[in-house]
Amino acid sequence: MTSTQTPPQPTVAVAPASNDDIIVQVNGLSKFFGSRCAVDNISFAIRQGECVGFLGPNGAGKTTTINMLLGLVEKSGGTMSIMHFDIPGQQQEAKRLIGVVPQTDSLDPDLTVEENLLTYASYFNITGRKARARSADLLQFFALANRRKEIIEHLSGGQRRRLLLARALINEPKLLILDEPTVGLDPQARHLIWERLEILQEQGTTMLLTSHYLDEVEHLSNRVLILDHGKIVAQGVPQQLITQLVGIDVFVIEGTTAELDALEKSFKQCQATTERVNDKLYVYTQEDCSRLESLLKNSRSWLRRPANLEDLFIQLTGRSLRES
Amino acid sequence: MKYLRFRTLWLRNSRVWRKHIMATLIGNLGQPLLFLLAMGYGLGREMQTIDGLTYLQFLAPGLVTSSVMYSAAFETTYGSYTRLSMQKTYEAILMTPLGITDIALGEIFWGASKGLLSAIIMLAMLPLFGVWPSVWTLALLPVLFMSGVFFAAFGLIMTALAGSYEFFNYFISLILTPLFLFSGIFFPLKTIAPLSRIFFELLPLTPIVTLSRMFCYGQFHEPWLLKIAGSLLLTLFTCWLSVIFLRKRLIQ
Repeated sequence: MTSTQTPPQPTVAVAPASNDDIIVQVNGLSKFFGSRCAVDNISFAIRQGECVGFLGPNGAGKTTTINMLLGLVEKSGGTMSIMHFDIPGQQQEAKRLIGVVPQTDSLDPDLTVEENLLTYASYFNITGRKARARSADLLQFFALANRRKEIIEHLSGGQRRRLLLARALINEPKLLILDEPTVGLDPQARHLIWERLEILQEQGTTMLLTSHYLDEVEHLSNRVLILDHGKIVAQGVPQQLITQLVGIDVFVIEGTTAELDALEKSFKQCQATTERVNDKLYVYTQEDCSRLESLLKNSRSWLRRPANLEDLFIQLTGRSLRES
Repeated sequence: MKYLRFRTLWLRNSRVWRKHIMATLIGNLGQPLLFLLAMGYGLGREMQTIDGLTYLQFLAPGLVTSSVMYSAAFETTYGSYTRLSMQKTYEAILMTPLGITDIALGEIFWGASKGLLSAIIMLAMLPLFGVWPSVWTLALLPVLFMSGVFFAAFGLIMTALAGSYEFFNYFISLILTPLFLFSGIFFPLKTIAPLSRIFFELLPLTPIVTLSRMFCYGQFHEPWLLKIAGSLLLTLFTCWLSVIFLRKRLIQ
């Protein structure tokens, strides 16, 4: 099993071509708030066209890292660059090429839908006809064209989120940073946003996505970085990581302590790891263990499902609550 | 171009302002005009002249400066604090090429512009009270704008320090109201004992009130250039401080 160590980054100087397609490069980045270490010497790279999922429990250092990339938090050590612009030295130049969907709704409630986009465009020095055309395209793309003159207060949660996305794309960014882009939305609204994000991916937009909805991350990301206590504890292609670190299938079995004790023993015949949580037994199988299903016919309730990112996440970061 | 990026925030604020134009104008002008009416017209009729000016004439230019002070300072306290905390406008702007300095300058120049507008409207209304400003008043406008910049920057510092709207009570009760009352708007500072007079003369609104009165009536009997230069230095310093405080507030 590959350990949770960071795989070696491709060396930057190998070939000019591989160097050119690096969008974000972070080396040895650290952040201390007083004596508390929020980000502990992390390194990663994001390549052109990738969608990288940035995962971790609350307080793992995701938002701090993103805020350092955006210049909202000063780094304590390390180097960062976005499209070869040094951060924070060339922050303003880099920001021309970045779009951000923030976690908290920062739409301008004093302005209408269209005015929000036009005003935001003006911050990027996009004005006049060009701004209006861009704004009309984006409203069309995000199914908001008929709400153009609406004031923000009258929009639904999903519409606001779509407008935040549209706003983030006003400058045709090369890198889109999405911080919990579908938090609090109903499934229909989430799927609409996912569809749009997939179209953007096909068009080659590089994305950095954080989300607590692991199905969302699994759905959208080519690669995940899992952070915990300020360190990267795993990174790679989601499905590979799940198979390597969790297994193929997960059995979730309910029963009495005695029954579960016996079952836990039986499952040792197969290549599997087990975990007990309250009155439940979790079995993570590294091979096909369906032959053992006959043992379960007397159990109160059980199910077998493919291992997913959530299992990986829990395995790496534990089950205890993180409340700062 | 880079140094004028802040204008986009100014334009954003003006776009919002145009939607509530009446409410903000009445808010900013109501108080000074009512003071002019009550004190100048009501009380002033019973009073002797000061330096050859009727009390109404004496009062009017000072009240113009107070409307600049209040408009500018209120905009960058209540207005800016709303954008900072509730509306997260600054957070959104910091995702764009605009930086802290652009935000500070955009807010300060916007506050100062509102201050100047209040002053212009007040000055234009003075003839209704029988007060006729001299042609020099046009040259006063840049001075009033500078004073607006000072109070807007001062307000922005308060916003950067504020934990809630209540915090602005300190600013209003301990700074703006005393300045309103003791900067020579309501009574001449000449009659005050020399030592304490120095204190009053050094209050940031006092030179503006004096300049306003001098320009309004075209009587340049005090060192006007010195007062302008001193106020300008103080204004630049306050702007610089406001950028520092705002950065501390927004960047961790």
